[in-house]
Amino acid sequence: MIEDVFRDQWGRVLASLIGFLGDVDLAEEAAQEAFATAAERWPRDGEPGNPVGWLVRTARNKALDRLRREKNLAAKLRQLDVREAVEMELDAVATIPDERLELVFTCCHPALATEAQVALTLRTLGGLTTDEIARAFLVAPETMKRRLSRAKAKIRDAGIPFAVPPDHLLPDRLAAVLAVVYLIFNEGYRGRVDLAAEAIRLGGVLEQLMPDEPEVKGLLALMQCHHARRKARFTGGELVLLDDQDRSLWEADRISAGRALLDRALALGGRGPYVLQAAIVSLQCADPVDWPQIVLLYDELARLTRSAVVELNRAVAIAQSGSPSEALRVVDALDLDGYQYFHSTRAELLRRLGRDTEARAAYTRALELTTDAAERRFLERRLTEL
Amino acid sequence: MQYALLIYVDPTAQDGWNDEERRALTAEYLAVRDDARVTGGGHLQPVHTATTIRVQDGETLVTDGPFADTKEVFGGYYLFDADDLDAAIEVASRIPAARMGGGVEIRPLVQLPR
Repeated sequence: MIEDVFRDQWGRVLASLIGFLGDVDLAEEAAQEAFATAAERWPRDGEPGNPVGWLVRTARNKALDRLRREKNLAAKLRQLDVREAVEMELDAVATIPDERLELVFTCCHPALATEAQVALTLRTLGGLTTDEIARAFLVAPETMKRRLSRAKAKIRDAGIPFAVPPDHLLPDRLAAVLAVVYLIFNEGYRGRVDLAAEAIRLGGVLEQLMPDEPEVKGLLALMQCHHARRKARFTGGELVLLDDQDRSLWEADRISAGRALLDRALALGGRGPYVLQAAIVSLQCADPVDWPQIVLLYDELARLTRSAVVELNRAVAIAQSGSPSEALRVVDALDLDGYQYFHSTRAELLRRLGRDTEARAAYTRALELTTDAAERRFLERRLTEL
Repeated sequence: MQYALLIYVDPTAQDGWNDEERRALTAEYLAVRDDARVTGGGHLQPVHTATTIRVQDGETLVTDGPFADTKEVFGGYYLFDADDLDAAIEVASRIPAARMGGGVEIRPLVQLPR
């Protein structure tokens, strides 16, 4: 399918054009034109030997044509001296560098709002259309279009660099990139599976581009192990908890792929938040589950992140390893009143301890905060069972 | 590219400071000014010296005080030449107000056509 080729090449072609032109909008238009030309010619004349090279060359030459016609536009793009830029020759095509890493760091720059980072990453690297992104995040196409063009204008006007950050900035900037990918994944995990698959694809690209970063492997491992269990998480639209899941529905291949990545991340000395989370999920996929080991990993993760949500998950692991009353003490010390899972976790623990009246109050509070229909039904079932 | 680094300060940040502490702070601001990429700047007198004017129907209205009444006040600025936003962020992070309850707003200047 020509569409599949396009989907795979879009990010590489666009990245190369942005690197050359210094402007996301112009690069996008030129890339679209080149892909349209390809869609017309390739089925007739056959696919060229180097599709990426062909697309970059075609798009570059189209952009240069346009810049020569429109002097005002050229004046806006300071980085590029149009008079000096020459048409790309065919023999230069073979050595086009992969600039997707520069692109991803531009898209996930902290000077852009998180929602803009997410949208830009999906548009540029993922090759999703503006309409597809709007649908995935349940906003009007016009809103998404504005969000993207504001972000592109800021990249240009504020001088957000198209570069891999220097070493002293890299840990923070990489964390921002991984957060964007994980955010996309979690949107998909709530039910829109295509976004989860897209996040895994993006994670795969990052893993290929940054083979020495354990956290990148950790994130991909984490997503693979979660994704492997997606079919078991629901039966007939109803939420199923880990203990009750039908393990034959888990994708064993995906779990082994995730575990192999985790092993390599650990071998690289990785001990960051994604590696730890991947290790936890990997243990949860084993039978029987080693809950005391999971508690230890959560201890480490909680020290690292100082996150109350991590503490909440640590409490669940403590309960699973046989100490629900200790778990409740941990939960009651947390300041998470506006968080539905705080109340549903508390409710679960109170139920196990036989404190039904308090459990009922906590389930009711969780219900008030839940917007997801399947989660609502789950909590209602728990309430009636009490 | 040219950036303006607009410095917003918490006016109470230096309450109770001694001379030595104030001198050390001034030295930090001078060190930023002496960065080769800084092309200009200014340190404003405190906000009690501010006067705001508006023109309505051709008439100039003069009032005492700053334009906007906020907790953080505009205290000064640097002009900075940089390749990109990351370089501007790096210099802005060295401005003391940023860690003393204030902040630095980084704004690129409009590039005039050559």
